Amino acid sequence: MIIFIENLAGGKVMADEKMSRRDFLLYAMGGWATVGVGGVLYGMYKTWEPLPEVKAQATVSFDISTVQPGELKVVSWRGKPVFVLRKTSDMVQCKDRSVENEYTVVMGICTHLGCIPNWEADKKIWHCPCHGGDYDACGKNIFGPPPRPLDVPPFKIQGTTIVLGEEGPEYKQMKEKGLTT
Amino acid sequence: MKFIDWLDERLAVKELVKVTLTEYYVPKNINFLWSFGVLVMLVFAILVVSGIFLLMYYKPDAHLAFDSVNKTIMMDVEYGWLFRHTHAVGASIMFLVLFIHMARGIYYGSFKAPREIVWITGYILFVLMSATAFTGYLLPWGQMSYWAAQTITTLFEKIPFIGPDLVIWIRGNYIVEDATLTRFFALHVVFLPLLLIVFTAIHLYAVRIPGSNNEDGEHYTKEEKKHGKGIPFWPVFMAKEFFVMSIFLTFFFYLVFYQYKFAMDPINFQPADYLQTPMHIYPEWYFLAFYEVLRGFFFSQNLGLIAFVLSMFIAAFLPWLDTSPIVSGKHRPIYKVLFWIFIADFVFLTILGKLPPTGLYAWLGFVGSLIYFAFFLALPIVSRIEKKKVAGGR
Repeated sequence: MIIFIENLAGGKVMADEKMSRRDFLLYAMGGWATVGVGGVLYGMYKTWEPLPEVKAQATVSFDISTVQPGELKVVSWRGKPVFVLRKTSDMVQCKDRSVENEYTVVMGICTHLGCIPNWEADKKIWHCPCHGGDYDACGKNIFGPPPRPLDVPPFKIQGTTIVLGEEGPEYKQMKEKGLTT
Repeated sequence: MKFIDWLDERLAVKELVKVTLTEYYVPKNINFLWSFGVLVMLVFAILVVSGIFLLMYYKPDAHLAFDSVNKTIMMDVEYGWLFRHTHAVGASIMFLVLFIHMARGIYYGSFKAPREIVWITGYILFVLMSATAFTGYLLPWGQMSYWAAQTITTLFEKIPFIGPDLVIWIRGNYIVEDATLTRFFALHVVFLPLLLIVFTAIHLYAVRIPGSNNEDGEHYTKEEKKHGKGIPFWPVFMAKEFFVMSIFLTFFFYLVFYQYKFAMDPINFQPADYLQTPMHIYPEWYFLAFYEVLRGFFFSQNLGLIAFVLSMFIAAFLPWLDTSPIVSGKHRPIYKVLFWIFIADFVFLTILGKLPPTGLYAWLGFVGSLIYFAFFLALPIVSRIEKKKVAGGR
């Protein structure tokens, strides 16, 4: 009000100062509204994040000596299937992708679009029903759209037990060589 | 004082009825294909009503959803099956009438100036309807529901940098789970229908400004349509539309009562199992063509994904791809041929989408995908040829 009365006296100064006062209010309100809208959007974004109980899904332990040679067992970890295959000598060998030299431990999720490949024991391959991708007994992609081998989940070996979700030395070695994804 | 006069003083309803119905003119030179817009509205109404009744017993919970649909609604609720079958068949038929409505627009050049906004809002409606169908398909929580959602949400993983986190954010879990079901439910039941209604309003408003297109792509002023070239939307156009609607409803309820199985995949009657992918998974028939484009580039996943996104959105840019001065396909010999190749290719891709993606089928899918895009890429060339022809003729 004071500014307004002062400005009544002097022509151009009045217009400038009136504008700047109006601009200030606009920017202040605009800024405040941006903060508000940003806050609301952030809140909305956060509501869609996984719940604590989901995030806290811990590690899974599994005794790999219970798998018979040539047998495939499926372990559930974080809601996803992990294939544990105890290989026989007539299957494809791959020293650096094997766990304890005879197990293939891979995520049972096709690297193409996330379907679960089926083990075809007669052909000794995993075949993805969705888009026809094939993986050999090491989990390497050998046909179709999958862009890379089946991922190796983080694991740690404790005697005959494998702990999924923790990075042991064997896993770190594989990871350094870029063999886990 | 009559009630209508009382209302008119307050809401100007008489003027509203004039502008939107009795003095809104539709050209005379249109054919039955122009009845599909109203049919889309009719099917939408059927979906809303049947959806509300399903909502009264459906339970959006990963443990309860499957039984609430397949036991409660199908076996316990009196006539519950009727509402489910109506809703499922309705969703399918929605896309049939939508595709015909859109193909009519493409053939007769209804997307061209000055109707770009009509086309764009219509295309947004198609995308929203696809999202509604996709989110709704998860709700019965069967095997096909589950794996469709799993596959499509995985697509987002390929977005650079944020992809993997984005997928977890969309699902609310590492896999499609209860959180995914409840949020898809909220989107399907409230958010997307709300957007659909808003964009339908804009779409209908937008078409009332330039008016409907016609078989010859001629431009008529309102005066010309009032005096001989057109008919009022109400009651003359709608009188014919009611006839088309009754034929359509006969066909629709024939499907609901006798042929509903095409909309009810047997695999979806197995409860969702996140550790077992069904042997063959495929989307509902209306997404098969786009799905086949995704699979068509079988040698490169990234290319397939880009092609898939492009195939879903490229038609939105028709007004800027096709700049030919000739509006209607009726008077465009080259365009006519291209259009029918495109339609045949779309049907071809739809058929292929259901076949296993191996051997010869994989290659056919690739060729079909290329033809799909070739149609759109040929339009600027055809436009140039036709521009020259029009300039030369005058």
